[in-house]
Amino acid sequence: MSVAATLFRPRLGRRRWLGIVFQALCLVAGLVAVAILVLLLVHVAGQGWPLVSWRFLTSPPSQLDPENAGIWAALLGTVWLMALTALIAVPTGIGAAIYLEEYARRGRFMQVIHLNIANLAGVPSIVYGILGLAVFVRWLLGSRSLLAGALTMSLLILPVIIIAAREALRAVPKSIREAAYAVGATRWQTVRHHVLPAALPGIMTGIILALSRAIGETAPLIMLGALTFVRFAPGQWTGEYSFTPAGLWAWLTRSLDSQFTALPIQIYNWASQPDDVFRRLAAAAILVLLVVLLSMNALAAGIRAWQQRHRMW
Amino acid sequence: MSGILPWALAGNDRARGDGGVLIYLRKARETLIHGVLLLCALVSVATTLGIIFVLVHQSIPLFREVSPWDFLTGTRWAPLLEPRSYGVLPLIAGTGLIAAGALLVAVPIGLCTSLYLSEYAPGWVRQGGKPFLEILAGIPTVVYGYFALVFITPEVLRRVFPQTEIFNGASAAIVVGIMVIPTISSLCDDAFRAVPRSLREAAYAVSATKLEVSTRIVLPAAMSGVMAAILLALARAIGETMAVVLAAGMTPKLTFNPLESMQTMTAYIVQVSLGDTPAGTIEYHTIFGVGLTLFAITLVINLLAQRVLRRFREVYE
Repeated sequence: MSVAATLFRPRLGRRRWLGIVFQALCLVAGLVAVAILVLLLVHVAGQGWPLVSWRFLTSPPSQLDPENAGIWAALLGTVWLMALTALIAVPTGIGAAIYLEEYARRGRFMQVIHLNIANLAGVPSIVYGILGLAVFVRWLLGSRSLLAGALTMSLLILPVIIIAAREALRAVPKSIREAAYAVGATRWQTVRHHVLPAALPGIMTGIILALSRAIGETAPLIMLGALTFVRFAPGQWTGEYSFTPAGLWAWLTRSLDSQFTALPIQIYNWASQPDDVFRRLAAAAILVLLVVLLSMNALAAGIRAWQQRHRMW
Repeated sequence: MSGILPWALAGNDRARGDGGVLIYLRKARETLIHGVLLLCALVSVATTLGIIFVLVHQSIPLFREVSPWDFLTGTRWAPLLEPRSYGVLPLIAGTGLIAAGALLVAVPIGLCTSLYLSEYAPGWVRQGGKPFLEILAGIPTVVYGYFALVFITPEVLRRVFPQTEIFNGASAAIVVGIMVIPTISSLCDDAFRAVPRSLREAAYAVSATKLEVSTRIVLPAAMSGVMAAILLALARAIGETMAVVLAAGMTPKLTFNPLESMQTMTAYIVQVSLGDTPAGTIEYHTIFGVGLTLFAITLVINLLAQRVLRRFREVYE
């Protein structure tokens, strides 16, 4: 008998048994993650659902009368903030991605930019808040306004949009570009008419996911001072404005310059108060926020599924 | 002219190249667009430079008051009350303790989940598992903070340890751990799937069991990916703000008892900005000093993670 044969004991029974234990352990770990998610959703729904009503959605917040408090100002603030953020970050992000994928030559400069974007995506959101506080609030705009919030949010989600858009552009096959160049299209015509449409579903998914990150961000807004008690929503249309270009402009600039609150801020505000009434209000507001978020995620997943069925190549 | 320019800028095909002016306009348009796109790309560079400039420039007044060495090694953090003291260690300790606790929760769960998904799970679970986990990452952190404060502390921790304070590090660590599970599981899953099938099959051929293949072949082969995932999760946990503000409280102290209230760097920054400190005071500049410390720590960890990740990519592609 060889040495190996005497030393090696297969012990197959034990090893198989250990394998089953390990598999069960891994499954349990996965289920724990699922269970926590379910627990969180059930808890929030149980606490918040009784309070969610049309009145809750359309009433201003109130410190004195929590029974009748609502999230109208926060909801409108979030809608304004997201619309402005999308308006600023989406063109910039797509432009940057197009430059990096379609225009820039591979080289040292590109490596630096690539590393830079990857790092920006890992910078804590509160650091963006500090940047916004110093640059937009104190230096450029001089006020804790909606515009300052939107600019800060835009910088925050820009790396996410750039990374997603670059991936979508990279997935478009080279042959499409070469076909366009072959019939004499310029670089921009190639991008505008052929590459961008092909990459659009992927870019859309990235944008929605980036905005769904921005919609729940709280820390940067607190840094900008969005926690100050705001009863009225930005963009209130009052008698002093008229339906003329000048009137609309006055309304728009006033809105951009107004103080604001947002849903996550309102949630923090309520959750940080020790009274149980306010905590239930927080749960109700969370429920509204989560419904918005999950529908955005579902939309992104839907676009992704549609794209896989209608692939152009 | 004025009729052609908008067409040309819009990229309309009427700007055909058969007239000299049109060719010229088309070239001008291409150059203009090139410049605009370059500007877009430079925004990200400007952001980085802006962050560094603001953090350094605005923390200079603080470092005139206290030397950087005393700032980094001082053990008492009391910039808001007399006698003032600017030692950032208690904040770093609070941050470190909560981040370590978070990894204690996230690494085993994330690692096992991704091993299950890549090695054991049937196809449909594998397909659906990752997006599902990503929902965990998509939930706003303020919601986790609420959950820690209203559920984990009173319903879980206080049942087991009645002496737990209302604000405590443990509940913060648990929810931050939950929120970085997807960071770990998603990246580990990618790393495990990148391990070539042939390695697994070679092990099976010498009659290794599935457990042995998973832990002795797949895991070591994907080790650098796993390390990068853990580093990125650590950076996220260190930079996490709202959950920590709500769950761990605002008491800066050097403690290793997770059941006590503690303050992280991020929570301190929030505390000061809640108080509406006037610009120009030392309190105002401490935001930037602490922010700079936070930024430096997360930057080093992120760079390290990318280095590790690049090395891992070179192995099998």
